[in-house]
Amino acid sequence: MHPAPSVIIFTTLSGLGFGLFFWLGLGVPDVSGRTAFAFFFIAYALSCAGLLASTFHLGNKKNAIYALSQWRTSWLSREGIAAILTLFLFALVAVPRIFLGAEMAVSGAIGSVLALITVFTTSMIYTQLKTIPRWNQPLTPVLFLLHALGGGALLAGEAKIAGWLLLALTLALFAAWQIGDKRAQARGTTGDATGLAHLGKVRMLESGHTARNYVVDEMVYRVGRKHAEKLRWITLALAGALPAAILLLTSPGHMTAFLALALHLVGAVVGRWLFFAEAEHVVGLYHGK
Amino acid sequence: MTALPEKTEKKLGLVIDLDTCVGCHGCVTACKGWNTQNYGAPLSDTDPYGADPGGTFLNRVFSYEAQAEGKAAQTVHMPRSCLHCDDAPCVTVCPTGASYKRSEDGIVLVNEDRCIGCGLCAWACPYGARELDREAGIMKKCTLCVDRIYNQNLPEEDRVPACVRTCPAGARHFGDLGDPDSDVSKLVANRGGFDLMPDLGTKPVNKYLPPRPKDTLDTAPLEVVADEPKGFLGWLDKALEKL
Amino acid sequence: MNKPEHLQIDTSPPVSDEVRKTTCYMCACRCGINVHMKDGQVAYIEGNRDHPVNRGVLCGKGSAGIMQHYAPSRLRAPLKRVGPRGSGEFEEISWDEALEIAAGWLAPLRETDPKRMAFFTGRDQSQSFTSWFAQAYGTPNYAAHGGFCSVNMAAAGIYTMGGAFWEFGQPDWDRTKLFMLFGVAEDHDSNPIKIGLGKLKERGARVIGVNPIRSGYNAIADDWVGITPGTDGLFILALVHELLRAGKVDLGYLSRYTNAGFVVNEEPNSPENGLFIRGENGKPQVICRETGKLSDYDTPGVMPDLAANYRHAGTTHRPVFQLLADRYLNDKYAPEAVADQTGIAAERIKSIAAELARVAFEEEIVLDQPWTDWKGQKHDKMIGRPVSFHAMRGISAHSNGFQTCRALHLLQILLGSVEVPGGFRFKPPYPKPPEAHPKPHAGVTPGQPLDGPHLGYPMGPEHLLLENDGTAKRIDKAFTWENPMSAHGLMHMVISNAHAGDPYKIDTLFMYMANMAWNSSMNSSEVMRMLTDTDEKGDYVIPHIIYSDAYSSEMVAYADLILPDTTYLERHDCISLLDRPICEADGAADAIRWPVVEPDRDVRGFQTVLIQLGSKLGLPGFVTDDGAPKFKDYADYLVNHERRPGVGPLAGWRGKDGEGRGRGEPNPAQIDKYIENGGFWVDHIPTEASFYKPWNKAYQEWAVARGIFDAEAPYVFNLYVEPMRKFQLAAEGHGDIQPPDHLRARIAETMDPLPIWYPPFEDANVDADAFPIHALTQRPMHMYHSWGSQNAWLRQITGKNFLYLPTDLWTEHGFEDGDYAVVTSAHGSITVPVAHHAALNPKTVWTWNAIGKRKGTWALDKAAPEATEAFLLNHLIHELQPPKGDGLRWANSDPVTGQAAWFDLRVKIAKSVPKPAESQPVHPSITSPVGKGPDVVARKIR
Repeated sequence: MHPAPSVIIFTTLSGLGFGLFFWLGLGVPDVSGRTAFAFFFIAYALSCAGLLASTFHLGNKKNAIYALSQWRTSWLSREGIAAILTLFLFALVAVPRIFLGAEMAVSGAIGSVLALITVFTTSMIYTQLKTIPRWNQPLTPVLFLLHALGGGALLAGEAKIAGWLLLALTLALFAAWQIGDKRAQARGTTGDATGLAHLGKVRMLESGHTARNYVVDEMVYRVGRKHAEKLRWITLALAGALPAAILLLTSPGHMTAFLALALHLVGAVVGRWLFFAEAEHVVGLYHGK
Repeated sequence: MTALPEKTEKKLGLVIDLDTCVGCHGCVTACKGWNTQNYGAPLSDTDPYGADPGGTFLNRVFSYEAQAEGKAAQTVHMPRSCLHCDDAPCVTVCPTGASYKRSEDGIVLVNEDRCIGCGLCAWACPYGARELDREAGIMKKCTLCVDRIYNQNLPEEDRVPACVRTCPAGARHFGDLGDPDSDVSKLVANRGGFDLMPDLGTKPVNKYLPPRPKDTLDTAPLEVVADEPKGFLGWLDKALEKL
Repeated sequence: MNKPEHLQIDTSPPVSDEVRKTTCYMCACRCGINVHMKDGQVAYIEGNRDHPVNRGVLCGKGSAGIMQHYAPSRLRAPLKRVGPRGSGEFEEISWDEALEIAAGWLAPLRETDPKRMAFFTGRDQSQSFTSWFAQAYGTPNYAAHGGFCSVNMAAAGIYTMGGAFWEFGQPDWDRTKLFMLFGVAEDHDSNPIKIGLGKLKERGARVIGVNPIRSGYNAIADDWVGITPGTDGLFILALVHELLRAGKVDLGYLSRYTNAGFVVNEEPNSPENGLFIRGENGKPQVICRETGKLSDYDTPGVMPDLAANYRHAGTTHRPVFQLLADRYLNDKYAPEAVADQTGIAAERIKSIAAELARVAFEEEIVLDQPWTDWKGQKHDKMIGRPVSFHAMRGISAHSNGFQTCRALHLLQILLGSVEVPGGFRFKPPYPKPPEAHPKPHAGVTPGQPLDGPHLGYPMGPEHLLLENDGTAKRIDKAFTWENPMSAHGLMHMVISNAHAGDPYKIDTLFMYMANMAWNSSMNSSEVMRMLTDTDEKGDYVIPHIIYSDAYSSEMVAYADLILPDTTYLERHDCISLLDRPICEADGAADAIRWPVVEPDRDVRGFQTVLIQLGSKLGLPGFVTDDGAPKFKDYADYLVNHERRPGVGPLAGWRGKDGEGRGRGEPNPAQIDKYIENGGFWVDHIPTEASFYKPWNKAYQEWAVARGIFDAEAPYVFNLYVEPMRKFQLAAEGHGDIQPPDHLRARIAETMDPLPIWYPPFEDANVDADAFPIHALTQRPMHMYHSWGSQNAWLRQITGKNFLYLPTDLWTEHGFEDGDYAVVTSAHGSITVPVAHHAALNPKTVWTWNAIGKRKGTWALDKAAPEATEAFLLNHLIHELQPPKGDGLRWANSDPVTGQAAWFDLRVKIAKSVPKPAESQPVHPSITSPVGKGPDVVARKIR
């Protein structure tokens, strides 16, 4: 799949934002007033920037209003609704907390659940696609949730929790790659896709057009195997293992937290790029890829 | 509403004969021409005379080679477009309700007044049948020429998709695949028509007819009547007598 | 909110304001099209269901015609060269000035030495008109592109049976049960072949494809014979060998309808040796089966005895059929003997021969259709042999192409499958034997028209166009000992010969629609040099070049004066029975083009320009007695010109009342009638005349009534082509007109009156071990010559080409996708991208033709893939054979017809390390006279 910057930014930032919301909803860290404002501001900034980025992916923004209408069938629609509900609800949590010092425990908890649901709906946009076997596996939502929870915890200043979550993320990433590789392998061959396998080994001779087209640009994008391997290790190290190690093995401090966050962010972006770039769409089989 | 209709009254679709398609691209440009002038936004071409041209086509003809061990390779031309699946994943993923499947005839369409061009339907389609038009920012796909097949302004014989009308070899057939007695259904039954990627559960309406077995000629050599001119003359004289 | 599945959409939108029906020109197939107009603009093009050629269907090119019509590459106004030749620097001028310049060059030449004007038209569909212009002008130097296309096919067909494939005839698609297809250029009969194949497929009839490459039609062939290029003739003669050995030939058919029974003079050393023994009336003699006596071949009731012989004055003379059997029963044509060379296993050849025989003789078709033959004998049935064939450039573009095409017709005739149900059928005005065609003419008188038509079919050395000193009368050396039967001329030799001054220098080269500076020439780089070469005084060796084209092609840059043509939707044209009509086996048909839109630029249809130029020059036929222009424009000519009294360019709706079919005085409303009828006219052949046309009285009478002939002209097929023997006799020293010594042996070998096979000349000219690979081009079904690349839709389908390599070569050289190869012939070298193609003859590589473009042409970006990655194979092919040390220039052509031997090419291949930045060679960019096209096209007329 084509690793579009808009989608990478969207999923990474909004995941972080909603992850932070999750912790803030539970009162972690337990802050009010100006500090609370800062935290909520970050959460809103990240989630809104992410959502805004996602609209750059749209070809025809003027119809965007309709995107909430199909919640009964469409995960994308559900995501939009969940995100808006979450953002709206947290306004009800944030304002009292910032200005009134009120705890808002119940609505905060509901907000946390909504934030998780939002992240889950985001993940399901990808997970639901049978056409991309690598994504179409149980660990995809787990990855999105761990990214959000771990990154959110890191932003929330919960070093140890974040450390354990990022360790879990490390393991989940590794496992997801193993499962994903197997699933991608099971995608079949050009012979299977064309229904011509009974005639022998099938290969594409001409793809119909020598010029570029949307399907090829968008869905037949493939990162080189060696390159992907390298990026996997980078992701594993930066998004998960290194920050986890820093957070779990050093004493908490602003510098270490900042370093861990920076590493995680870079790793998360690389990982998200790879998430798209190495996802094999079945349509690639028609293109011999 | 992007829920799929539980049942459609008809299942209009195409049957494409891979034993007959010569790969001429007639269907490709006829489709491009009709659908540029008709349903929704025109099918645009970007950098059309430049270094990196690209454009929207609703139908493209691929060529494949198949080779079995110890046999000559064979070439198969395969036109590919929307299969108007019964269980169309492109429809259910759509957040706006722009993508829908018509309950009366099963045609899968994009309502361009709703489409936000998010591309998710194209991701959900296993067949590469949807293309986002770069100029319009709208998802384009085969409409089965819904503006031809019922069009009262066309003579009745022309109320078929543009690709079918133009196909020089007659490799493309249009009809109701929900009716077992239709010509297309019979063709599918007789020729072993198949679905593309049936495992994905999309239940395509369009069918492909497989290439007939190739390189099977095995006629026994002729019996010799004469091996040299003299014998031949003898045979000739007798044969002429019989005329 | 409405449930979307019940969304109301307009399923009945208005389709267009108006439909205008004309003729396609996206290739040479000439289909009928419906041009849908919206708001005065072309909106959509589809096939015309009523049209005899395409019956409503349309190919990839035809349906993309709208993008050709609106292509940014269209020339806008007449151009006068201001930069050096080849630079592309022009200034726009008025038509008055353009015609003044042209007349300024042409008028003095006509008065002094008309042959110094050479007029060659390329993919011209108005040859009966352009040749008429050239004839009126008085130059002998006229031809169209047949010489570099498929003249072998056409000439072999005419000499053998009075017609060949495509425009001459077609398989009986509705009845044939076994169809064999040899190398076909797709634009030759494009849609009819596809429609026909579709019919066969519907019936499950067997298709055998003989082609080194399994693509296109061969992809759907039930059996693919991946023959080695240039060996088709050998394969066909092996089939003939098998059929003869088994006695599977149609003796009745051969006796009645061919010269199988003609007695050949076998007296050694006689000047008549090898010619037919003739009666006092000059008629060839057969031995009557009943009486055993010699008899005129056409005597009613006489069946020739093919098994008898005639002894006279101590010599035994035998009928053609015995010579034929003698030759092909020889073991050198045995399947085992040809298997290696052809690349086809002996068992396979035997199996195919057996299948041909089985279908021809065991699946015979009988139609209960009475008919009467030319001798007056009535028959109550029509017997058919349902095997049919089609072939085109693949077999003809070799130096053995003429004889190979002859071999194929021989096979058809032996099976009795020509002009019978289920077999091959002629399309009017064919059948038409060589005798009925004109002879070539080159009689020049300054200031006067030529003494007759330029092109024709020589029947012996007396018809060659030679000066008294033996040099060629024509610039292309057509109808000389180098290629005696060059019925279509040799367009590919014109520039080379004119540059070399061999046989003479010319002053003005006038060309139409022929991209000679690029893909329509062998040796393109060298042709560009010849066009720009200067003499010791600094003048161009070819002093003046006038060129007409609708588009900014490569050739434009090499002309001094450009006469911009219209697109095919803006012009009048005529697909005439006098020329290359669109007839079908069941009827005569012709068609027009008419301006469905008026040009929005200062351009004129080329034929109209010729009318204007002809008038300006005062050419006979173009002006009235008082010197005034006779015709306003081409449309006026189409209606009012009469070639013979009552016979003109258009056959339909003739006569004042419009009732005349084929004959009748001019009808001023004729073009309107064509437009009303969808742009074409068709007149069906009576059912009893449907088959056996050369011998069918009803057909002959119908043809005379329609003006196709002026008198009935039945004839028999020539298994043995006597005129060829006449050339051989000359080579043996007989007669007054003698070939030069250096050509004697070649003429004696190649002008054999019975089909032979010899290896393509390139095999002997180069070291076949050093250049072990055959290299071919073929045209994609969706592109026509160089035209496709300016079409925004089509160039997306094929905007670059690869050299396709068979599996063994691919792995042997360790190629991978994205690699480039250095491809070298004896003549040159190119470096080009490669791809793997398994369904390919193991000794053959190939690519799509004419995808490569010169930078700066066709309104494309200089960085377009056509100009950076795509390539031409032409650079590897020379118009001459390699020098033989005799100081002579030997054309790389068939020795009989002069057809360019494109497909003889042999190459070697190496991996290019490192990869070049662009395909090689790269030619400098040309200044585009039309700029570059727009950045986006999304043309919807609302």
